[in-house]
Amino acid sequence: MEELDGEPTVTLIPGVNSKKKQMCFDWGPGEMLVCETSFNKKESETKPGCPFIYIIRKDIDVYSQILRKLFNESHGIFVGLQRIEEELTGKSRKAQLVRVSKNYRSVIRACMEEMHQVAIAAKDPAIGRQFSSQVSILSAMELIWNLCEILFIEVAPAGALLLHLLDWVRLHVCEVDSLLADVLGSENPSKHDSFWKLVTILVLQGRLDEARQMLSKEADASPSSAGMCRILGDLMRTMPVLSPGNTQTLTELELKWQHWHEECERHLQDSTFASSPHLESLCKIMLGDEAALLEQKELLNNWYHFLVTRLLYSHPTVKPIDLHLYAQSSLDLFLGGESSPEPLDNILLAAFEFDIHQVIKECSIALSNWWFVAHLTDLLDHCKLLQSHNLYFGSNMREFLLLEYASGLFAHHSLWQLGVDYFDYCPELGRVSLELHIERIPLSTEQKALKVLRICEQRQMTEQVRSICKILAMNAVRNNRLGSALSWSIRAKDAAFATLVSDRFLKDYCERGSFSDLDLIDNLGPAMMLSDRLTFLGKYREFHRFYGEKRLTDAASLLLSLMTSQIAPRSFWVILLIDALPLLEEKEVVFSAEQTYELMRCLEDFASRRPVWREPGVQRIQEDVENTKLEMLRLALARNLGRAIIKEGSLEGS
Amino acid sequence: MEEIYAKFVSQKISKTRWRPVPPGSLQTADTFAAGSWDNEENYVSLWSIGDFGNLDSDGGFEGDHQLLCDIRHHGDVMDLQFFDQERIVAASSTGCVTVFLHHPNNQTLSVSQQWTAAHYHTGPGSPSCGSAPCTGVVCSNPEIVTVGEDGRINLFRADHKEAVRTIDNADSSTLHAVTFLRTPEILTVNSIGQLKIWDFRKQGNEPSQILSLTGDRVPLHCVDRHPNQQHVVATGGQDGMLSIWDVRQGTMPVSLLKAHEAEMWEVHFHPSNPDHLFTCSEDGSLWHWDASTDVPEKSSLFNQGGRNSTFLSHSISNQAGVHQSLISSWLSTDPAKDRIEITSLLPSRTLSVNSLDVLGPCLVCGTDSEAIYVTRQLFS
Repeated sequence: MEELDGEPTVTLIPGVNSKKKQMCFDWGPGEMLVCETSFNKKESETKPGCPFIYIIRKDIDVYSQILRKLFNESHGIFVGLQRIEEELTGKSRKAQLVRVSKNYRSVIRACMEEMHQVAIAAKDPAIGRQFSSQVSILSAMELIWNLCEILFIEVAPAGALLLHLLDWVRLHVCEVDSLLADVLGSENPSKHDSFWKLVTILVLQGRLDEARQMLSKEADASPSSAGMCRILGDLMRTMPVLSPGNTQTLTELELKWQHWHEECERHLQDSTFASSPHLESLCKIMLGDEAALLEQKELLNNWYHFLVTRLLYSHPTVKPIDLHLYAQSSLDLFLGGESSPEPLDNILLAAFEFDIHQVIKECSIALSNWWFVAHLTDLLDHCKLLQSHNLYFGSNMREFLLLEYASGLFAHHSLWQLGVDYFDYCPELGRVSLELHIERIPLSTEQKALKVLRICEQRQMTEQVRSICKILAMNAVRNNRLGSALSWSIRAKDAAFATLVSDRFLKDYCERGSFSDLDLIDNLGPAMMLSDRLTFLGKYREFHRFYGEKRLTDAASLLLSLMTSQIAPRSFWVILLIDALPLLEEKEVVFSAEQTYELMRCLEDFASRRPVWREPGVQRIQEDVENTKLEMLRLALARNLGRAIIKEGSLEGS
Repeated sequence: MEEIYAKFVSQKISKTRWRPVPPGSLQTADTFAAGSWDNEENYVSLWSIGDFGNLDSDGGFEGDHQLLCDIRHHGDVMDLQFFDQERIVAASSTGCVTVFLHHPNNQTLSVSQQWTAAHYHTGPGSPSCGSAPCTGVVCSNPEIVTVGEDGRINLFRADHKEAVRTIDNADSSTLHAVTFLRTPEILTVNSIGQLKIWDFRKQGNEPSQILSLTGDRVPLHCVDRHPNQQHVVATGGQDGMLSIWDVRQGTMPVSLLKAHEAEMWEVHFHPSNPDHLFTCSEDGSLWHWDASTDVPEKSSLFNQGGRNSTFLSHSISNQAGVHQSLISSWLSTDPAKDRIEITSLLPSRTLSVNSLDVLGPCLVCGTDSEAIYVTRQLFS
């Protein structure tokens, strides 16, 4: 038995009482659960069955209007990523992957901003809260993604790693910018209530240049502390940092940093800043003093900010493999046993431990949609980080998550088109899943059907193409649109159905004496060969056209060949034979002697196989009518034979 | 480089149309209508590409288009046309044709007129209670012509409750699109590759002329008439081919141009610069065809992303006697002389581009990936 990684969430369904043994159905691959409810009890007592069903969907996020933008925009990025050529290796490939990752993040951010706007604009506070919680989820997603990008995709080495982490923290703890504007905007910045708060935050985030400028403002304002400010400012200026363009080695940096650190320490021991508690605490922060840092808990906001600041001022050249040690201890120190870590903390911790699978697992449990894990896993898979991991069911993890996500899309009435491409890039089970899902798309209009057909045809899904065409042909028949029905069966190459439709056409002809849908039947072309009956329909119509155009000889030979080639259905022979009558009665001889013999043979053949009517009544009369017709035909044939023999004989003679 | 703005709108867009500018005015296009499809709730919406004093409310960038107003639409929006400055005609998959009225004062849309069962099936066991999708609509004040999957053609007049003229069983297959040829004459394309000309002066349900593709019966999805030379017609088919027809002569297209890889959903001549043509397709591409002959050899830079056309022309109009100047550049079929330059306008392949419209220097298109693209510098 598999161990559960957390309590499953409970969804309450109004009207469902589990004690009464009501049933729920898992509804195919459509990602929903259908439950019978006990609403409208009175009516359901009188008749069996239930009047209300309740539909529960797995992935509610798919139904958010704003998140739809995320799904659509990221779909484009996803498809682009799959097409990144495999030849790209080394640096250019990595740069590409980082760019893709940044694109994904910018889409999340755009979505987050829009959600934020909506949350602010919402008139109903409950709805506002709902959107705000979505904003925080999106922001957490972006935070995790960004960290994964630094650790797994960028794979920054020691030194550069810390710079990336600093950027990461700065990006996500961004209240400081509005505070900065606020303070600088005031008349006397250094007297502003939040002046020291601001300077502290700047130092905590390692924005030392800006902190120095603020200090110089303080120095201008109060000459008494000007000296101290200058000294601390110099310390800030001289702090050695790794600059991207610099060629200095890590050891050099470490050495310089050690010197600088000792200098800071000296100032503290000499009580240089003793008269200004603010400056002293800043100096302590710059020394990486844990106690001093923890005093600023409120400004740090969270443990990962604490971690990064702590690393900045105590271990600037931290190696990726050592990260998890500091991460764990920072978390413990920051929480101080007062509260337990939340899912987000666990996810970040797992990332710092470079445990990708744990990250994805925790995210799958914590987040309400598959979008995040599916796309992140796919990206990490393209970084060749997940190859060794195979699941005990289905395919590998990437494919599993993509399938889940795509199935969610297919359950949506409109987003199903996006799902197709995701299935395409699942080599093992994608095709089967697509086949299962695509057949369940409701075909409300022909245009939609054409889009579905195109999807199937591009993937050579012949079975599905056939079934879609058949559905459309069937609908057309029900709607009395025989022309449409025939077109669809021709497209599906469905001979049986084409025969059925052709029969309907012939029946209509027998009833009305004229053809409908001539624009189609006259233009069948090679498609006529699809079924014998269709060929007959087309040829029989051609006979009518020849006759109408007074091409009598052509008409006659076509008529004869329809019978002799056995292509005409037996039931239609009477009509064909009677059609021959006017040709036999023409002034000119149309049928040659040979052809007349053939016709006679056909006639006798038909007459001999005719069922014999035993019952009296209406059928008796019908038989009489038919017999009269046959007698007329025999007479006409005999006369024609005579004329033909004379004509042919005299022609040979001349 | 042309600037093209994309905006994701959370609904699949089936149609986009520019609001016509008042005749004689120097204004450029600033408002377009869009219709959605395949949603649980579909909408007809109006969008503005105006500048809003260069600074818009939600901090979006300058060129972004903003929603003015929208209104629920029952069923998929199958086609959309501006009747005049204020009125929009929408064709629905429920067979209903609705005229929406835009009130610029309070920026709202309302239903001003509706023909609920304009298109319907008559079969005994119709599954959809008889209604048939209306697939195309075309307006020429005061007339509105609609066509549908039921093969029926309706002629409505604004302010008339009933159809002025209905041609039942006008087509045995689905009619996909309709356009005016000359005033009482219309042009329809159907799903068996035929182009039919109908004359409303004639009684009966027979077209006055049928033109068709040879043999293959490839469905035609869209049709547009040359704005100045009314005999020149362009159609787009299921196989993505662009066909140019001269309806005065022959029953076959003058030229067949290999174009998109899947259904061509719309084709439009540029209304004031008809040497330019625009097509969009299910394969997610949007192309600009430039057949202006006086343009000197363009740099290959301009041509990147597109590809040169291959002519598979049936040279019907090879009569040398006609004055060259009178022949539209679309009808001359000498591939060596007139190369058509094709440019792909969308930066990357997306899902199907369902609709496009051009007016002056502006182009708008709507896609299944729920984005509306707008560019205001077509000929920069």
